Amino acid sequence: MTGPLLSIENLTRDYALRGKGGATRTLRAVDGVSLDVGAGSIFAVVGESGCGKSTLARIVMALDRPTSGTVRLGGDDLFALTPKALARKRRDFQMVFQDPYGSLNPRHSVGRIVAEPLHLLDDAPRGRERAALVARALEDVGLPGNAAERFPHEFSGGQRQRIAIARALITHPKLVVADEAVSALDLSIQAQILRLILSLRDRHGLTVLFITHNIGVVDEIADRVGVMQAGRLVETGTVREVLDHPREAYTRTLLAAEPTLAALGQRRRRV
Amino acid sequence: MTALAKVPGAVVRLRRGWRPGSGALLVGGILTACLVGIALLSLVWTPEDPARMRILQKLKGPLVSGLLGTDHLGRDVASMLMRGAFNSLTTAFAAVAVGAVLGTLAGVAAAAGPKCDAVLMRICDALFALPPILSAIMLGALLGPGALTAIVAIGVFMIPVFARVTRGAAMQIWAREYIMAARMAGKGPVRITAEHVLPNIAGQVIVQVTIQLAMAILTEAGLSFLGLGLPPPAPTWGRMLAESQTYLLQAPHLALAPGLAIAAAVLGLNLLGDGLAVRLDPRRRQAS
Repeated sequence: MTGPLLSIENLTRDYALRGKGGATRTLRAVDGVSLDVGAGSIFAVVGESGCGKSTLARIVMALDRPTSGTVRLGGDDLFALTPKALARKRRDFQMVFQDPYGSLNPRHSVGRIVAEPLHLLDDAPRGRERAALVARALEDVGLPGNAAERFPHEFSGGQRQRIAIARALITHPKLVVADEAVSALDLSIQAQILRLILSLRDRHGLTVLFITHNIGVVDEIADRVGVMQAGRLVETGTVREVLDHPREAYTRTLLAAEPTLAALGQRRRRV
Repeated sequence: MTALAKVPGAVVRLRRGWRPGSGALLVGGILTACLVGIALLSLVWTPEDPARMRILQKLKGPLVSGLLGTDHLGRDVASMLMRGAFNSLTTAFAAVAVGAVLGTLAGVAAAAGPKCDAVLMRICDALFALPPILSAIMLGALLGPGALTAIVAIGVFMIPVFARVTRGAAMQIWAREYIMAARMAGKGPVRITAEHVLPNIAGQVIVQVTIQLAMAILTEAGLSFLGLGLPPPAPTWGRMLAESQTYLLQAPHLALAPGLAIAAAVLGLNLLGDGLAVRLDPRRRQAS
C-alpha cells in the first residue's frame, strides 16, 4: 500500500454548550488537526488533559463524528462510508482504553470479553475454534490461555490491560488507538505494557496512535509525535526532533514538567 | 502477627461470614420465606375452610376457637389470614411484575437514546401523578372492583418508579468504557442493553422489586380495605381489617391479626430489600 495508513485532514469538532438563559457557546475541542500515520509506525499525540486528544481518538474510532474534516483509513473516508460499510471496516481499527477497571465488563468472562469484536466478522469462528482463537490472543499478550474462563476481578491492573489489548487485537486490526493506555498503571507495569505494545508492533506490523499526557512515555514508544494544545496540533515531528529540539514554547513547558532523572539531578545540584 | 495472618485466605473468610446487611438479609429473608410459605400452604391446607361461616362460633377469642379465634360470621381467622396472604401476594406480585417489566424497559430505552429519554420520562411524570388509590377508584368505576383493577392501578403506578431507578442505573453503565468497547465491536444499542446494561443493573432491579412488593402489599391492603380488591368471599387482609372496625372493642384480635400480618410482610420485604441492596452494591462487591 502506498501512502499513510491513517490520514487525518483538517479535522474540527465543535461542541455546543448551553449556558445560562439558553445562550449557546461553541467549544472547539479539536481545531483543524491534520496528521498522517505510516503503516507499522507508532504516532504519539501528547497534550495536557482537556486539549482535545481524547475527542480526536473518539473521532478516529468513528465513535463520534467530526464537525468538518476527514479521517481516511487505508484510503477510505470513514465518515463517507455507509453504516454497513463502516461496521465492516471496524475490524481494521480497535481501541485500548485508559481505565483497565472500567473497560472490562465485570460480569463477563475474560474469554467473552476478548471475543467481543469477533461480532464484526460475518464468518466468525464458533465453539472450539473460537476458544482456540481467544486462547491464542491471550497468549499473544503474555497471559495464560486458561485465563479465558476467569473473570476480570481476578486480575491485576496490568493483566487487565493485557486483556484489553488482546480484545483490541483479536480481529487483527491494522490500526490500534491507545487512549492513555498506560496512565492508570504503576510505573513498572507501564514499562511492561509499553514493551508489549512495541513487540506486538514488531510481530504484527501494527500501527498505533498512542494518546498520552505523559511526554516521558512518548520517548519510550513513539516514532513520531504530535503536540496538542487547546485542540490544535502545535508541533509535529520525529520523537528525536521534537523532544531534543522543541520549536514550540508549549512543548518546552511539557518537557520541563516531566521529572526526568537528569532534571532532578540538576535541581539537586543547584540546591 | 497472629497465627491467622499466616493462613492465606483466613482473614478473607472471616470477613465473608458476617458482612454489612447480613442481619437485615437474615431477618427479612426469614419473614419473607414465612410469608411465601404460608401463602403456598394455604392452597393445600388451612385449619378450616376460610369461607365457612359458623354463626354460633362468632367472635370467639384466640385459642378459644382455632388459633386466632373467629370473626363476626364465625369464620376461622387463622385460615382467612393464610388464604389472605396468598391473595395479597399474588396481586402484589402481578402488579410489581407489570411495573417492573414495563418500567425497566422504559428505563433502559431512555438511557440508551436521548430521543426516547425526553418522551418516556414525560410519560412517566404523567403516570407518577396518578395516585394508585384514586386511580383504582376510577378504574373500579370502569371495570368493577376485582383483582384486575388492583393489579392495573398498582402496576401503572409502579412503572415510573422502576423507569427512574433503571434509567439512572443504566446511564451509569452507559458511561463505562466497556460500552465503548462494545460499540467498537459494532454492537447496536439494543444488543448493548441486553448484553452489558441489563446484567449490570439486575441487582438494583431485584432490590427495587423487593421494596416495591412491600409497597404493593400495603396498597393492595388499602384497596381491599376500601372494597376495591378481590370481591368476597375471597379473604383479603384489607377487608379483614375493614370488617374488624365494628368490633374493635369486643374483638380486638380481628384487627390485630391482619394488621400485624401486613406489618410483618412489609417489614420482611423491606429488610430483604435493604439487605440485598447492601449485598449487591457493586462498590462493596469490589472490596470483597
